[in-house]
Amino acid sequence: MSSTAADMRRDVPQAAGGAGDDIAVRFSGVAKRFGDVVALNDVSLAIRRGELMTLLGPSGCGKTTLLNLVAGFFSPDAGQVLIGDELVNNVATYKREIGMMFQNYALFPHMTVAANVGYGLKMRRLPRADIERRVGDVLALVKLAGLQERKPRQLSGGQQQRVALARALVINPRVLLLDEPFSALDKNLRASMQVELREIQRTLGVTTIFVTHDQSEALSLSDRIAVMLEGRVRQVGAPAEIYAQPCERFVASFVGDANVLRGRLDRVAGGEAIVALGDARVKVSAVPLTGLASAAAVDLFVRPEQMQVSDAPGPCASVGTVAAQIYQGGHVDLYLDSVDSVSGRLLVRLPGHEAMTRWPIGARVNISFDRDTAVAFPA
Amino acid sequence: MPRSSFQRLLDIGGTLVVLAILGFLLLPAIVVTLAAFNDKALLSFPPQALSLRWFAKAIAYDDFREGFGNGLIVTIWSSTIALIVGATFAFALDRYQFRLKAAIEGILLSPLVVPHFTVGLGFLILAAQIGLMRGYTIVVVCHVILVLPFVLRSVYVSLRNLDRRLELAASSLGAPPHLVLATITLPLLLPGLVSGWLFAAILSFNEFTASLFVTAQRTQTLPVAMYNYVREYADPSMAAISVMYIVATAALLTFANAFLGLGKVLNVEHGR
Repeated sequence: MSSTAADMRRDVPQAAGGAGDDIAVRFSGVAKRFGDVVALNDVSLAIRRGELMTLLGPSGCGKTTLLNLVAGFFSPDAGQVLIGDELVNNVATYKREIGMMFQNYALFPHMTVAANVGYGLKMRRLPRADIERRVGDVLALVKLAGLQERKPRQLSGGQQQRVALARALVINPRVLLLDEPFSALDKNLRASMQVELREIQRTLGVTTIFVTHDQSEALSLSDRIAVMLEGRVRQVGAPAEIYAQPCERFVASFVGDANVLRGRLDRVAGGEAIVALGDARVKVSAVPLTGLASAAAVDLFVRPEQMQVSDAPGPCASVGTVAAQIYQGGHVDLYLDSVDSVSGRLLVRLPGHEAMTRWPIGARVNISFDRDTAVAFPA
Repeated sequence: MPRSSFQRLLDIGGTLVVLAILGFLLLPAIVVTLAAFNDKALLSFPPQALSLRWFAKAIAYDDFREGFGNGLIVTIWSSTIALIVGATFAFALDRYQFRLKAAIEGILLSPLVVPHFTVGLGFLILAAQIGLMRGYTIVVVCHVILVLPFVLRSVYVSLRNLDRRLELAASSLGAPPHLVLATITLPLLLPGLVSGWLFAAILSFNEFTASLFVTAQRTQTLPVAMYNYVREYADPSMAAISVMYIVATAALLTFANAFLGLGKVLNVEHGR
């Protein structure tokens, strides 16, 4: 199987030769409208060779439109789409050398698994023996060896997905496009398919664009994430960067769980700002707060695992009352009622299970944050 | 218990009503079938003694033989032309936006607004105007118009049920448009195309009203030949032909069912 992977592997340059050499797909100033609806508004984004880039956002944010522009199902109204160095704005889909996996898999119902997977090779006029060999190899790669003669309707959902993936991969696409591929699978199968997809993608080194509205899927699978809203890319970065340093309110609330606390801007010094909350002075990045007057109301975003509770008297950021405890196996989620929270509730995530006995429902607790972890945005 | 006995009454009553309706639907076919095997030379019911001689006579009768041959020629030409024209229109209606689309869709899909005798009369007048010989052409053209809506509807429904993503997947795999059509679209539309053709063929072969206007002695189809026969004679050879007709149609549909599934042939699977 490792030889299979080596056969299928595209030449991935070890180091970038020139400035743009390692870019597999580039959007510059791309715009697209459907009637009165603006689907994409001035989108610029570069996807590196071999990386898995996730387009993440709520429905209607334009992520699927962006994917379809790479596939060539329609052309942009403005701007450029490049695959490698080639401007593909007006290149027909069938000439683009892309592999696409659809949400419903779109397997050809009248063809066997082998014919489905071999379809792209047949279109490339490969000899029958080569097609058979490569179909066998790729089916082994997705762990479906021996199912060549089945029809799609005789396969389970997970198997159908593997066929769809094999069909897209067997042609050695320049880019692999995945449109919400896991949404039709149940939760357990989804998790194992995600791991498997990631392994295959890494092994083959195929540039992949992955569309999803599921932020946890995006965080766990991606090399980089582009968070989209209302036809624009709001932030691009590695999952940890998106999670820890969201650049705007929407990103902070869409990706991961976040507690929002109403504070007051104390002062701005250089690139840093100090926000006052209760007795605490919280250091945050000043960038999102540019232009805000001193003493203005700001919202602090704090992740549940970055909050601590204690019953020791003394200065603290906020106080709260335990309203609910949720045991999660490896950790405990405490829900606190707190007047400082914008929603009235705070979520604190504590490792282990001691919190179940230590902080019973109704307990009054002092709340503090880990240093340098919060982000703040104008209220 | 009154409730349960009422329920039983309802069950029995319902069964009887359904049986009565089925019997009523099949009554003409049963009467004609029995009459066809009647030994007597009258179209009488019930038969006194059984015989196959009317079948022999019907098959031997020249007008019926010619009518059958003419009918086949007209049917095959008209349903095939209607299939090609109808499928093209169905594609255009499903895939493209154009001016007057709704109006064209309405006209093409409403077969019952214009009566058959109007179509027949219209073609008769036109043929006289342009001096068209009363050959097969006018009969075929007339039949194409009559069966077109059925073919169009059949193909249109199949097209609307076709998942467009299958075509997109094929093109993403490198298939140029003509190969997408040949390897994905047409194979998946095949049941719709076959059922459209089959309905067109049955309707065309059966068509009488318009055919009466546009056929000549040389081109008369079987229903017209039967009409001419029954104006002069009233023996059970008519019934014998009917029985053969019923058997042939049933065989055709059974055949189609075996290969394509009746659900698909009749386009039962609606909904997107």
